[in-house]
Amino acid sequence: MSKALLYDATMCIGCKQCESACAQQNKLPYNDTVAAEPVQSEHKYTVVMTKDDKFMRRLCMHCEHPACASACPVGAFHKTKEGPVVYDVWKCIGCRYCMVACAFSQPKYEWGSLNPRVRKCIMCPDRVAAGKQTACAEICPTGATKFGDRDDLIKEAKDRISQNPTTYLPRIYGLNEVGGTCVLILSSVNVEDYGYPASAKIGDTPMPEYTGRVMERIPDFIPVWSLVLGGVYWISHRRQEVAAAEAEEEAKNGSSR
Amino acid sequence: MKIKLTFWRVVFIVIMGLGLYSSFIRYFRGLGAVSNMTDQFPWGLWIGFDCLCGVMLAAGGFCIVGAVYLFNVERLHSVMRPAVLTAFLGYILFIVGLLFDLGRPWYIWHQLIYMNPHSVMFEVGMCVMTYTTVLFFEFLPNVFERFNLKTPIKWINKIYPVLIVLGILLSTLHQSSLGSLYLIMPSKLHPFWYTPALPFLFFGSAIAVGLAMTIFESTQSAKAFGRHLELPVLVTLGGALLVALWVNALLRFEDYFHRGMLRQIIKPSYETYFLWLELTLTFVIPIAMLSFKKVRLSPQLLYLASISTVLGFITNRLNIALIGFETYVGHHYVPKWTEFSINVMIIAMGFALFGLAVKYLPIFPAEGHSVGRPRRTEAAPVVGTAVLTHAGD
Repeated sequence: MSKALLYDATMCIGCKQCESACAQQNKLPYNDTVAAEPVQSEHKYTVVMTKDDKFMRRLCMHCEHPACASACPVGAFHKTKEGPVVYDVWKCIGCRYCMVACAFSQPKYEWGSLNPRVRKCIMCPDRVAAGKQTACAEICPTGATKFGDRDDLIKEAKDRISQNPTTYLPRIYGLNEVGGTCVLILSSVNVEDYGYPASAKIGDTPMPEYTGRVMERIPDFIPVWSLVLGGVYWISHRRQEVAAAEAEEEAKNGSSR
Repeated sequence: MKIKLTFWRVVFIVIMGLGLYSSFIRYFRGLGAVSNMTDQFPWGLWIGFDCLCGVMLAAGGFCIVGAVYLFNVERLHSVMRPAVLTAFLGYILFIVGLLFDLGRPWYIWHQLIYMNPHSVMFEVGMCVMTYTTVLFFEFLPNVFERFNLKTPIKWINKIYPVLIVLGILLSTLHQSSLGSLYLIMPSKLHPFWYTPALPFLFFGSAIAVGLAMTIFESTQSAKAFGRHLELPVLVTLGGALLVALWVNALLRFEDYFHRGMLRQIIKPSYETYFLWLELTLTFVIPIAMLSFKKVRLSPQLLYLASISTVLGFITNRLNIALIGFETYVGHHYVPKWTEFSINVMIIAMGFALFGLAVKYLPIFPAEGHSVGRPRRTEAAPVVGTAVLTHAGD
């Protein structure tokens, strides 16, 4: 069963301990300057944003059908069986198609590096595989970020909404978006106001399907199109040969007469 | 050998100098220092121009080869070699461009071992790699003839049918797949340009531009190398271009009509202006011009129509690669001068290599006696800027 993170924005107190735990886990620098940065970057995989005293966290959504994994020409991204979408830097050629393809624009790039890597939250795959929770969920003092089985977390999120219908907006962001994600968000405010793409805009269709529809036709297209091209080539050359032979014949008849 | 400093040689040296400086920045300071690409705009001018436009501009190769060998348009035989040369150089320069754009270009060969068949990028990569090899073999006879090597020419002639079919197959695949690349981002690319029809539109525009580029390049070479222009060739290409443009225009209209976009595309907005520019250059001007017989029979006017077509489709692809993302991102992307200078350097290299190839290899059939069937040659005056080949000679 797939693991997931449930982030409940109403429980978040904006302490940013998830940010620092994440930095520590991924061996990234973390200090007051980094903490003050309001956006994700190659050295900040997750960010807690503040707007009108309300908090919102952003991190890689760990899609059930990740666009990055489908887009990468060398398969540097893959989804592990536990849920995290991870990155194998040693395969990467640096085409950055993953960054363009991601509907949440989560992959970031080391623009200043001479051997740049794509950087994003990888959902602590080693910890998750070992049966532990992610660093951010473990440190969260209020339980705003909760780690667990995706199905259990969905059930819990639904319970929270039905128990406090006045607090929560009646939706779980990530439940069906782009075919479902392993980060689920509950909030009293629109996640779109914090930079998340609108549900209506990204839709429920997994992004890889859009390219998959074309790609799956290619194995049939190649033999058919080769045959057509080869056939046309053969016919037009046969015609030329016949024309040449006829001309020769005519020339012979002409001279013998 | 004494080398004279002409105006175009000085321009070439300046372009190469600036390009080399930018290359130094690229490889010793990184992508961030050389470009204005950011996490919001991970693909910039290089992908937009070198890749999307470069591959389209090199489409003349497969268009002309197809016309000559599949449809027996013998008349176009005389422009086939320059078209194949342009395509071959175009693809090589596209790969050179990639070496600048890829973050870890030294791992480009990973394509061959860590294959991901679900990736459009993988398909494009494999097709481009194979097609460049095919073009190399299609180009080889020039070299063999130059050194009068009879046996290898025989070998190449034996596999020529395979090369032709393979070349057109691969071109169909990757020309359309360049459009498929953008299918995975329906929420990011502006609806003017995001459509499930992208692969068809990309293939259609490649054919139109292939024909237009061949007109452009024949006229330009005629001017630059003081060769006679063959009017029947240009007339044939002009007629084909008109048909190709109509097909493209209809495809485009159908697409907007079916998606109910016709009302949006006339409502003024930032994107609309770019769309209008693109549609005017790609369809309105050249179709209006080519509809007149007088234009189709005039090398100068054909040349202008082909330039409009090429510029129009370049605008189209830059709109898709750059302008179409600005609303999603929320700010503009303006390339740094170093990004431009690397592009200009690559283009200048293309002109120089073309000039060198024409100088030392039998690219154009010898004047007076032709290969194959006898042709009518008609001299025609030519207008245009003589950028071509002055850099290389």
